[in-house]
Amino acid sequence: MRRANDNGQHRASGAPPLEVRDLTVAYHTKPVLWDVDLVVPAGALCAIVGPNGAGKSTLLKATMGLTPKAAGWAHFFGEEYGSVRDRVGYVPQRTSVDWDFPTNVLDVVTMGLYGRIGWVRRPGKRDRQAALEALDKVGMADYATRQISQLSGGQQQRVFLARSLVQEADLYLMDEPFAGVDATTERAIIGLLSELRSAGKTVVAVHHDLSTVDDYFDWVALLNLRLVAAGPVEEVFTHDNLHVTYGGRITFLDSSVAPGLSDGEQVAAIPRSEGS
Amino acid sequence: MRDLLNLLLFDYTVRTVALGCAVLGAVSGVLGCFAVLRRQSLFGDALAHAALPGVCLGFVFAGGKSPAWLLVGAAVSGWLGALAVLGVVRGSRLKEDAALGIVLTTFFGVGIVLLTRIQNTGNASQSGLNSFLFGQAAVLLQRDVLIMAGAGATVLALVALFYKEFKLLAFDPAYGSTLGVPMGLLGVLLTGLITVAVVIGLQSVGVILMAAMLIAPASAARQWTDRLAVMIGLAALLGAVSGVAGAALSSLDARVPTGPLIVLLATAIVLFSLAFAPRRGLLWVGLQRRRENRKLAAAAVHGPGFNKAPGEPDYADHLGALGGVHRPTDRDAAPNAPIKERP
Repeated sequence: MRRANDNGQHRASGAPPLEVRDLTVAYHTKPVLWDVDLVVPAGALCAIVGPNGAGKSTLLKATMGLTPKAAGWAHFFGEEYGSVRDRVGYVPQRTSVDWDFPTNVLDVVTMGLYGRIGWVRRPGKRDRQAALEALDKVGMADYATRQISQLSGGQQQRVFLARSLVQEADLYLMDEPFAGVDATTERAIIGLLSELRSAGKTVVAVHHDLSTVDDYFDWVALLNLRLVAAGPVEEVFTHDNLHVTYGGRITFLDSSVAPGLSDGEQVAAIPRSEGS
Repeated sequence: MRDLLNLLLFDYTVRTVALGCAVLGAVSGVLGCFAVLRRQSLFGDALAHAALPGVCLGFVFAGGKSPAWLLVGAAVSGWLGALAVLGVVRGSRLKEDAALGIVLTTFFGVGIVLLTRIQNTGNASQSGLNSFLFGQAAVLLQRDVLIMAGAGATVLALVALFYKEFKLLAFDPAYGSTLGVPMGLLGVLLTGLITVAVVIGLQSVGVILMAAMLIAPASAARQWTDRLAVMIGLAALLGAVSGVAGAALSSLDARVPTGPLIVLLATAIVLFSLAFAPRRGLLWVGLQRRRENRKLAAAAVHGPGFNKAPGEPDYADHLGALGGVHRPTDRDAAPNAPIKERP
């Protein structure tokens, strides 16, 4: 249906992988995103952080047109999403599908190639090979023939990651990749993120664990209906910005608990004790 | 048994009816798989009920029981019913179940009103129109069966052609649309195919019970396999078997209606599958649980003090201190959900 695109040409143009302007999204009449402006530079590992209901997932979905925009726009590599969707890989929340679906791991990962395979044709040997390689990257190669209902939460997450990896995209949009996963999966994802970064890819991930933001990511966007701040973690991930984002519903650890951070750049405790 | 076989093979009427019912069972079995996996089982029910006013209007337009007009009417109003469900879900705050209920009852109500009016006109040709309620397979002619087979073959060919895309639609439509696969259009196409399946079944099973032919073979097939392609094939087979067996059995006794009998047979297959299928069946699951419980009981009783349960992570004791019970599904489903503060 579509050919693999010419990445080099787009890179040369220097347009950022993701640029969002004036983005507003409303469910019925209630706004869930208000006038969001965000630019994610190439090669960044960007965390989207904010309290429950802040619109983090909605931001990802709206950029790809999965949720209708009330106003504003999003460009990928300087173009409309429709003309560069090959370069964008989406990893939805793993709880968004029914894992009792009658299929196996390899088949789910192969779905990442359906757009490229095109109408009527069936996935071939090369497609299965690509899917196996992607599974190997997330440490799931041994599970290729496993029925998906037998996977743990972390394994489900890695299957979804592999499904987006076969797309060989340049930008990955991940919705809560670390949510409720086991330690093995967490390590696998961290390894994958750094691999993607060294390959020059860009990652934008919704993330809920504030204590790991500066370990896993180098760029952060703080979101609560509006964009509070966005930029390099060391500049933006500050007490003041977090305070604005979470509205005081947050307790801060003393900086002595988290050595390596200077004053005013404290690590926040997980703000789960309250919520909207 | 031998009589039955003789009837099926050599009695023209029985053979025709059985063939028609086999086509109906196979086609609705295949499409039912996608309806069930997309959690749209009742969508087919609403669609079937919504076909009734179309049957009546087809009769009024044609001025008689012209099969083509009746079926076209059924397809159009079933389709409109399906669109109405989607319209209500999108345009209002009603949830899908309410939308299905409203559309189903409204269309069916209109259909009954029309049917009653037609019956009271004294038009002699209307007799038998009410057989669309519960179906009347015995009136199937060879011509009808040929039309059904043609329509059914077209439907199955389209499913085979778009198998990969329909699978994506059923598993993860949001992701599918990010791949550039037109999920909306495929959803419309699938609804259209389900409409055809419903129309195929109207004459023999009727609008009221037709949903069972979509739901039952697919649900039964799901119990026996973990592969979609096998599930689809098996659902077709089970649907066809219910159709043929129902037609044959009801031919033995004129007092037994064919449509409801087919539905009952399909349901019996579902019950059997729910109970006895390996791995997913109740019997299997129950035995498995008993075995596990025995093992756990043995592990928990032996050994002093706090025993780590098999497979339990090390943080179990922390959870114990919090007074919480570890239920991974809750947190998994909503990792961001606030934990209620304890006083």
